[in-house]
Formats: sequence, structure tokens, C-alpha cells
Amino acid sequence: MKRFIGFIKKEYYHIFRDKRSLFILFGMPIAQIMLFGFAITNEINNVDIAILDHSKDVDTKEIIHKISASKYFSIDQLIEKESDIETIFKKGKVKAVLNFEKDFGKNLIKDGEATIQIITDATDPNTANTISNYVNAILAQYQKELNKDVTIAYQITPRTRMVYNPELKSVYMFVPGVMTIILMLVSAMMTSISITREKELGTMEILLVSPLKPFQVIVGKVFPYIFLSIINAVVIVLLSIFIFKMPVQGSLFLLALESILFIISALALGILISTISATQQTAMMISLMGLMLPVILLSGFIFPISSMPLPLQLISNIIPAKWFIIIIKGIMLKGVGFQFIWKETLILVGMTVFFIGLSVKKYKIRLE
Amino acid sequence: MSITVSNISKSYKTVKALQHISFNVKEGELFGLIGPDGAGKTTLFRILTTLLIADEGTATVTGFEVVSEYKQIRNSVGYMPGKFSLYQDLTVEENLEFFATIFGTTIEENYDLIKDIYVQIAPFKDRRAGKLSGGMKQKLALCCALIHKPKVLFLDEPTTGVDPVSRKEFWEMLKRLQQKGITILVSTPYMDEAALCDRIALIQDGKILEIDTPNAIIKHYPKQIYNVRANNMYQLITSLNAYEHSHSVYPFGEYVHYTDKRTDFSPEDLLRYLESRKLSEIEIEKTQTTIEDTFMELAK
Repeated sequence: MKRFIGFIKKEYYHIFRDKRSLFILFGMPIAQIMLFGFAITNEINNVDIAILDHSKDVDTKEIIHKISASKYFSIDQLIEKESDIETIFKKGKVKAVLNFEKDFGKNLIKDGEATIQIITDATDPNTANTISNYVNAILAQYQKELNKDVTIAYQITPRTRMVYNPELKSVYMFVPGVMTIILMLVSAMMTSISITREKELGTMEILLVSPLKPFQVIVGKVFPYIFLSIINAVVIVLLSIFIFKMPVQGSLFLLALESILFIISALALGILISTISATQQTAMMISLMGLMLPVILLSGFIFPISSMPLPLQLISNIIPAKWFIIIIKGIMLKGVGFQFIWKETLILVGMTVFFIGLSVKKYKIRLE
Repeated sequence: MSITVSNISKSYKTVKALQHISFNVKEGELFGLIGPDGAGKTTLFRILTTLLIADEGTATVTGFEVVSEYKQIRNSVGYMPGKFSLYQDLTVEENLEFFATIFGTTIEENYDLIKDIYVQIAPFKDRRAGKLSGGMKQKLALCCALIHKPKVLFLDEPTTGVDPVSRKEFWEMLKRLQQKGITILVSTPYMDEAALCDRIALIQDGKILEIDTPNAIIKHYPKQIYNVRANNMYQLITSLNAYEHSHSVYPFGEYVHYTDKRTDFSPEDLLRYLESRKLSEIEIEKTQTTIEDTFMELAK
């Protein structure tokens, strides 16, 4: 035990004397959260739209009024005929056109169904998607008001996403993702680098020719990073609560436990990387290419998994980050309890056990 | 026997690093492995310190087999790799303390063993190891390798890149450690250090050329060596090489070490020959054989 404590003490010296790494370690979460929270945003404000109203009745007027009253849209102009739509898009200012069908109000009352066409400028697909979501939300709202007195109680909202993030705040989407990335980066990359550094500097040779057991070396390496990762997770959650006013719906305790589970699985991955790389650079490259890219691209953090081609969807299943993102989105945004995420948790536990088993098996007690 | 090596061979992909190496080191002996870079010294050290597994042959250290009983060996040996392998971002004292802890001991417990060495680096104990000079680094590394009172000490080229004064001090320390009953296996590319060992093994290209005491090795040298000097070193070497009776010609500091094929060699003949080659200020005198001469002769 004394040996183990001595080893951990040494690791703390390494971490706290390397000012640059320390800065990355604690500066990065803050910078990333700020970046994703403020700069990279999917939100829209005062988007110019045009209206083509074939009906011009009470209902269309009411809808147009609601749309223009929202802060998201401002009505740039009213157009009279279909052929204007293309010319108006070509000018580039207007991002969307709402096209009400003829006899909109009449149809709504008679058939209980009326059609409105939302034409968006999809040169920027994200914005286009968001605009259509926003319009849908406003329409749904109006529909709900209409149905107020009617007995048909059912109302299906067009997009589930909005249920949990009615204001469509993108920072709410990014926080779980950023947290995943940071934990992955700190845990996996830092451990793999710190183990390969011992190899590179030749100190591994001395550590091997000592009574230290492989288990003690690995746990000693991992232990400080568990601690640092937890601090990072806390910082991220605090930032998102206090700066972005993000509500954490579920249990903080459950969130903490799941985070620790994910941290351990990332650390195990880090050890695994260190067993196959001989230099710090290789370890860093493998961590970046092999972990960061899949985490960013395939975990559902930025791009929804459901819209990926099938092969990529299948690959996304083996990425621990995907499951962790599902779990923390569930806890943070939906406030679900353990009974809703036990499956994902189990998968993560299984992966962790697998990685630890593999890295203990691969850990070399000799030089080659 | 403290170390036994029998018939050890080791190859890396295409290179035969060690070929059928056998030798023994007695308890309390200071044994030197003398050979140039790439001779296989480090590979042999790594096999004996259980870091590598030999392709062939067996070896024991303090009675334990290097493959099957590697754990016992790791408990009882001190190893100082050729490359400086301490934590550069830790101070002198922290390094020492770390190595003491992982071997389950304390600095105080074995202080008497490292005292002579440690007092020399003690003034710098709060300095980061990475900021020490070459000689200081080696002294610290030796302290760290000694802190758990090992039975056998493996030192892989401990004086490479160290200034002559520190080198001398370092070897004096090794002598003192030897008196405390520690078996020492040391490798070096410096032939002058070989004379300080009890016994040496000359090693080249993975083969042992000769094993004996330094004196015996020098005595085995079959020829009388002459120091030759002239006004033009380059001209001298080419002339000597061209001389029909020349056996060996090696530059050695400001002299050239020359041996002749004939048993009845007379320096006057050589003097006349060299003068005919337009060399002047010629000196020719008998000299003592060194380990280096032996090595060059064996490695021929």
C-alpha cells in the first residue's frame, strides 16, 4: 500500500509540474463549453421569411400573426404568386417561404385538415431544418389552441426533440456531448500518454525491474486521472447550470455514478492504447484519430445517428461514447431514472470490463 | 555464483545481437563487459534483468532463473539503464524517495550505502533531475539503483557521456560498493576502465572474444607494441600500413601503436624506412600493452 501511495504521489508531481498539460486539462473543458455554448449554435433569430397566402382568411392571418410575433422570424414580404418563390430565394435574403393553400381556413373547419407548405432554402441544411422545426412548433401551438374545446385530446408534436428542449437551445444538446469528449480526452489520452512517457523516457525499464506489480502501476497511473476527470465533469455541469441555465432534470447522484463508469471505461481504453504504442506521439495520434473523431462524428453528439447510413449506424454501437451520451441526455434533459437507462449502463459496464481485461492481458511485464 | 550465463543467444529480426554467450560472475566480483556500441551489451543486461527473454540458453541471477523466477530477481537487483532513466520533473530527493518507496524501504534505512555518493549531490537535492549535469545524473541514478540494498548491481554504460574526473570518481565508488559485498556487472565502451574491473569479458558483434582478469588479458598479447610518432600523423599511418613487415597499426592518442610481424624486429629498420618516406621528428619506443590493443587484436 505504501508503494502504491508513493507511486500516486509521483504521478501528482508529474501532472502538477507540467503546466502546459495542466492548462489543457482544466482550460479545455471551460473553453469547449464556452465555444459550443456561445459560438457554435443552431439557434435562429429574426430569420427573414416570405408569405404566399392563397387563402387570406382568419386562420391564415392568425398564423401569420403568431409567426411574425415570435422573435425567431420576421416577415420580409408578402408575395402573390408561385413564380415569385424562386426569384425571392435567388436574392438570398429570405430563408423560407410559407405557402398557404387555397381555402385554408375553410378546409380546416370542413375536413379538420389544411395544408401549409414550408419551403426552405436548404443551402444551409441545418438552418433549414431548424426553421422548419420552429414553424412546425408554432403551427402545433396554434392547432392546440384550435382543439382546445374539441374532445380529440391527442396532440402529437412533430419533433420529439422539442419536448425536451422547447426553446431548442443548442447548448443543451452540446453539454452532454462536450462532457463526453472531455472525459474521453482527459481519461484516455492523458493516461495513454502518461504510460507511454515512461516507456519513452526509459523509466518503464526501471519500473519493470522493481517489485511493483503491473496492477499497481496501472491503477497508480489511472487513479489521479479518475480524480481529475471527476473535477472536470463537475466543472462542466456547474458551468452549464450557472452560465447556460441548463436544468438538470434527473438525479445528480445517478449522473455522477454514470460519469464515473464512463471515466473508468475511457481510462481502460487509454491503458489499452498505451500497450500498443511505443511513443507519446503514437499514443496521442491513436487517441485523437481512434477516439476523438468517432466520438465527435459517430456518437450522435453532432450528427444524429438515425440519419447515418446503416454501416455507420452499426459502427456507432461499438463506441462507448454513444451509450454515455444517451445516458446523460436521459438524465440531464429528460430526467429519467435508472430503470430507463439500465440497458445502456449494462452495455457500458460490459465494454469497460472487456477493455480492462484486454489491457491487463496485453500489459507487458517485459520490454518486448 | 552470483550470475551464471550459459549459451545465451538472442536475435532481433535480422540482427544476431548475442550468439552463444556463456560466463559466470562470482559473488562480490566487479565484472566488466567491454565492447563497442552495438556489441550486444545492453541486450545481455536486459536478459539478465528479466526485461527480455533469450531465444536460447539459460541464465541465473542470485540463484534465480531469469525467466521463470523473474519476480524474485526484480526484488533483489539494482539496475541502471544506459539511458538516463529517472524522472526529470522530479527533484533529486523526490526521485530517491520514490525509488526507495517502490522497493518498500526508506532513504534513512539504507543511507549508509549511498552516503558517499549522496553527499556529493545533496547540495542539489531540490533541483529537478533534468537540470543536473551528466556526472550528477549518473550519481543520482546510482543512488536510486542502490537505495534498496541490492545483492547484484547492473550498470549499463554508467560513464558514457560523463567527464573524465566524474568517471574516475564513479569507478572509485564502484570499488567501495564492491567492498560492501555487492556483485557488480558493469559495461563500458571505454577500454581504460576495463583495467579497474576484477575480470572482464571482451565482447563484439554478440560474441565473447575473451574472459579473464585485465592483467592476464594484457599478458596474453603476443607482441611487443611500439609507440611511433612523426611530424605528419596521416602520412605516418599510411606509410606504416604500407610497410611490408607491419602487423598492426592503430592510432592511439598522439602516438601510433605499431606491431611488427618479425620476431627480430629492430626499430632502426623502421626508422630508416620512415625516413625514406620523407617523415621527420620520428620517435619509436617500446610501450605497455593496453586492453584496447588486445581488443583490437582479437577483433581483427
